[in-house]
Amino acid sequence: MAFDPREVRQDFPIFERTIRDGKRLVYLDSGATSQKPNSVIEAESNFYRRHNAAVHRGAHQLAEEATDAYEGARETVANFLGGSADEIIFTKSATESLNLLAYAFSNGGSDNRFNLTSADRIVVSEMEHHANLIPWQQLSRRSGAELAWFAVTPDGRLDLSTLAEIITPNTKVVALTHQSNVLGTVNPMAAIVARAHEVGAVVILDACQSVPHMPVNVKELDIDFLAFSGHKTVGPTGIGVLWGRAELLKDLPPFLFGGSMIESVTMTDAVWAPAPRRHEAGVPNMAQAVGLAAALDYLAAIGMAEIYEHEQKLGGYLLNRLQEVPELKLVGPLKMLDRGAVASFTLGEIHPHDLGQFLDSQGIAVRTGHHCAWPLTRKLGVQATTRASLYLYNDQQDIDVLIAGILGAQQYFGGK
Amino acid sequence: MQLDSLYQEVILDHYKRPQHKGLAATYDAQVHHVNPSCGDEITLNVALDGDKVVAITWDGVGCSISQASVSILSDLLLNKSVAEADLILNTFTELMQSKGTMVGDDAILEDAVAMAGVSKFPARIKCALLGWMAYKDAVVQAQAKL
Repeated sequence: MAFDPREVRQDFPIFERTIRDGKRLVYLDSGATSQKPNSVIEAESNFYRRHNAAVHRGAHQLAEEATDAYEGARETVANFLGGSADEIIFTKSATESLNLLAYAFSNGGSDNRFNLTSADRIVVSEMEHHANLIPWQQLSRRSGAELAWFAVTPDGRLDLSTLAEIITPNTKVVALTHQSNVLGTVNPMAAIVARAHEVGAVVILDACQSVPHMPVNVKELDIDFLAFSGHKTVGPTGIGVLWGRAELLKDLPPFLFGGSMIESVTMTDAVWAPAPRRHEAGVPNMAQAVGLAAALDYLAAIGMAEIYEHEQKLGGYLLNRLQEVPELKLVGPLKMLDRGAVASFTLGEIHPHDLGQFLDSQGIAVRTGHHCAWPLTRKLGVQATTRASLYLYNDQQDIDVLIAGILGAQQYFGGK
Repeated sequence: MQLDSLYQEVILDHYKRPQHKGLAATYDAQVHHVNPSCGDEITLNVALDGDKVVAITWDGVGCSISQASVSILSDLLLNKSVAEADLILNTFTELMQSKGTMVGDDAILEDAVAMAGVSKFPARIKCALLGWMAYKDAVVQAQAKL
């Protein structure tokens, strides 16, 4: 059933405030971070108010409650993704999730199944966010493995015409974004996953821009690892998720060492705990994990299919309205086909930073710059873009205000 | 509207008609500075004659604030002694860090006082300083060669 975004906004206290001298907040920057509903804010603060104790330690009631809440959150995340609880690793961010993997791969010694050498290849793409590019660049340097990538076509798609030449028989890692944070492009995973598995490579999906916006099921995608962040999913900052297939996680060496991640320790050696605890050294971000569970419960209650449907409709409206603006040039696919509700564009001679500043004066929050995807921006031949990204609390009126703002900026900078 | 305090006429004039844009073929030092948060880039050439700044030329891409600011400085610091230019640079930096509490001394800063409004917008201070930091870097390198 369709939902009313104006009713959704009532769950998000930030929409009660105004911006720049009384303007209504038109928040079009959910691709950077989403706003938070009351239920998430309350779940996080209630953990501190009522249940705070270090999880997996202590013989007292609070420790028990805290552990239940934290492990319950793990269960919630697993159900949300279609995985099992022992496949969910909590991190501080998706960036940490991807770094954890890249470091773990080079931490196991030459007989570990994830160990890479100069005979191997790592595959990424030109549309990766820095968080899913630099960790692999660095792993390539540490291991000697060759870094290769899919090119991006002028219309903002992965160039898969060379799929078999890019994912070569010696490819061990294929790390790709599910949905581009700049272009909105949703990558066709089935063909890529099939080829990767054919050559024995693992597929790592950066799902930061897909998990918040569409139903994502790790089993259906048939991938091996997935990372997403809590704060883009109406959840708190400071919590990220790494999902991995159980049969892979059991062989994945740890990246961070310390408390909680061990089975036993002597003065000279240590035996690791099984996954996921092996990958969660130290006292974790407990309140944030609990807040994330509340966030996923909130999204599930509305329905991910309904959220996807809403954003598809609204995204189409956004693309159409933007293309009516003179001198505005979209980067990325021009139609709502295999793409999400995010639009990046240039506006003639008006620099994105100046446009963003003008929109801000109208209460409109957008992102400007290279969006942490500098190689992509270069490939597209633009210095920077302005990005509007939509979520469940946005409606057509928000887009109408944006369009009026853009036209206003043209008048302001053109007429002055 | 508050926006007008940021986008002063002088700034938009320099943005539309930049001064000393286009790199001179000869120089004592060339630097390339980038604002990593937005991708703005400036290449700046400096030539010295003794302790006098005899040429500042530049090329770049970026927002109106970063481009106007480098245009203003390339005019303002030209034919000054390095010490005079330093004083102006320090005065300008102080103004940028004033969070809107200073109006700027136009006897020293001339056109650059138009940038005063930028100090109220924390995200834009780096834009305004990009060219100035490039100049500072270039002069140090040029002096090292003397």
